[in-house]
Amino acid sequence: MFAPAPFLLKDASVSQVMTQVCLALIPGIAVYAWLVGPAILVQLAIASFTALLAEAAILRLRDKPLALFLSDGSAVVTAWLIALTFPPLAPWWLVATGTLFAIVVAKHLYGGLGQNPFNPAMVAFAVCIVAFPALMSQWPSIGLKLPLLDQLNIIFGLAPRVDALSGATPLDAMKTALKLGEGQVNVAHLLENQDIYGNFAGRGWEWVTGAYLLGGLWLWQRKLITWHAPLAFLAAMVLISGGLWLYRPESFASPLFHLLSGGAMLGAFFIITDPVSGCTTPRGKLIFGFGAGLLAYIVRVFGGYPDGVAFAVLLMNLSAPLIDRLTQPRIFGMKEGRP
Amino acid sequence: MTRDQFSKIAYNGLWKQNTALAQLLGLCPLLAVSTNIVNGVMLALATILVMAMSNLAIAALRNLIPHEIRIPVFILIVAALVTVVDLLFNAQLHELYVVLGIFIPLIVTNCIVLARVEAFAAKNPPLDSTIDGIFMGFGLLWVLALLGGLRELLGNGMLFGGIDMVFPALSPIRILPESYPGFLLALLPPGAFILLGCLIAWKNWMDARAAERARRKPPVAGEATAEAGA
Repeated sequence: MFAPAPFLLKDASVSQVMTQVCLALIPGIAVYAWLVGPAILVQLAIASFTALLAEAAILRLRDKPLALFLSDGSAVVTAWLIALTFPPLAPWWLVATGTLFAIVVAKHLYGGLGQNPFNPAMVAFAVCIVAFPALMSQWPSIGLKLPLLDQLNIIFGLAPRVDALSGATPLDAMKTALKLGEGQVNVAHLLENQDIYGNFAGRGWEWVTGAYLLGGLWLWQRKLITWHAPLAFLAAMVLISGGLWLYRPESFASPLFHLLSGGAMLGAFFIITDPVSGCTTPRGKLIFGFGAGLLAYIVRVFGGYPDGVAFAVLLMNLSAPLIDRLTQPRIFGMKEGRP
Repeated sequence: MTRDQFSKIAYNGLWKQNTALAQLLGLCPLLAVSTNIVNGVMLALATILVMAMSNLAIAALRNLIPHEIRIPVFILIVAALVTVVDLLFNAQLHELYVVLGIFIPLIVTNCIVLARVEAFAAKNPPLDSTIDGIFMGFGLLWVLALLGGLRELLGNGMLFGGIDMVFPALSPIRILPESYPGFLLALLPPGAFILLGCLIAWKNWMDARAAERARRKPPVAGEATAEAGA
């Protein structure tokens, strides 16, 4: 692929890229930790530990150099994305199972780093939400910040899981309310009166997604990701949610609500920009992002699961090779058409 | 038939040309009924019955069947035998029959049956063919039992779920503690695909290891053991 000058580029190693991706996640993690307490840091630690352990075990089995692949940081990025998409007070084995599945099945059984057709973190999410739907939809109520010891007890199963700890996500709550209300419930009314909603979307969560956006913009500024996929993803989401919102504002939430809810920002900047499982051509990235945004909205609004980003990304992962084939850029000096 | 021929047929059916792990035939019933050991084993037993009888019948008639229309004739014979087994299950094990549902009649279209009839029974004498049908069926049986056991163990921590449909006096065994949360994915179709993939990988790994060992051994010693075995 040709780009305009300058042609001298610094060759970024995998570990440098992965470190910067982790750095870009830190604002989001900081807001998250401030919001729900240290539980998320515990989950991040569990996921990272499991990921490195699984990676080391399978590298040994495959006779690959341990130090080289363990220090490249790709397992840690996967682990962090998993911990951030799972409920923060989930039992420890839930995150561990997801991470194990991501590293062993989704990554190494397909050939390891650079060979996986699916985004490992999203595979983990999809597997766990299919296998443990109840645990995966228990999100802590915002404002109920427990001390570290209580959170540890819940995560490691030493204290009983109390119902008051857990509620649906703002997205899920809205879907359920609209379904139960059968046309009598008004979205604007819901947003104003229910405690879980803040200024734009879910109370508190809107700031977490905002922080992800910040980290994502930094990644773009550092030229680690291009603007194509995230912009197309967000544009698709705005287009479809805006259209439905204008058509019937009382039963569809505004685009802003959808952009700041669930995994939209995390998905747009950190997940669909995965260079391995996503598209590589510029036009391909646009199509990939647009498709993922559209599917994510459809699954989250009309589907049965709390959020649709994971399923949307996996479906688009499936079509990425085909999109890449069809969107090969014109080679300089050749006519448009067959590459 | 010599012992050598017999062990070759048995080895082919149980391991080398295993219908589920090597030929990958009949995946639809394999993945659909392997949710527990009982379902898997009972469907495999039905398949064994059909395969033994159809291989016997077709091997006996192989010189009378015109070559050009052999496939329709095979299918008619297999269909008649499947109907017998279907009625047998319906009468004797009605509850299980309801659970297995369409997959018993579907044995007619199961590629395993037609493949063995076409590839073996149409060219070999009746006794060899019957033994081939039985061992091919047992190859399917142990894979179905293993897959079903793994799926119900991972899925809900029990073994022999539904055994009371076959032996009313017995009940399922709980292997993992009551607090095991259950891995629902293992009971769903994706779990069947993933576990079958793991089993195939295991078989290939075993074969590769055996080939490696045979290669390392000096050829003279290999011949000596083959003679001793015969």
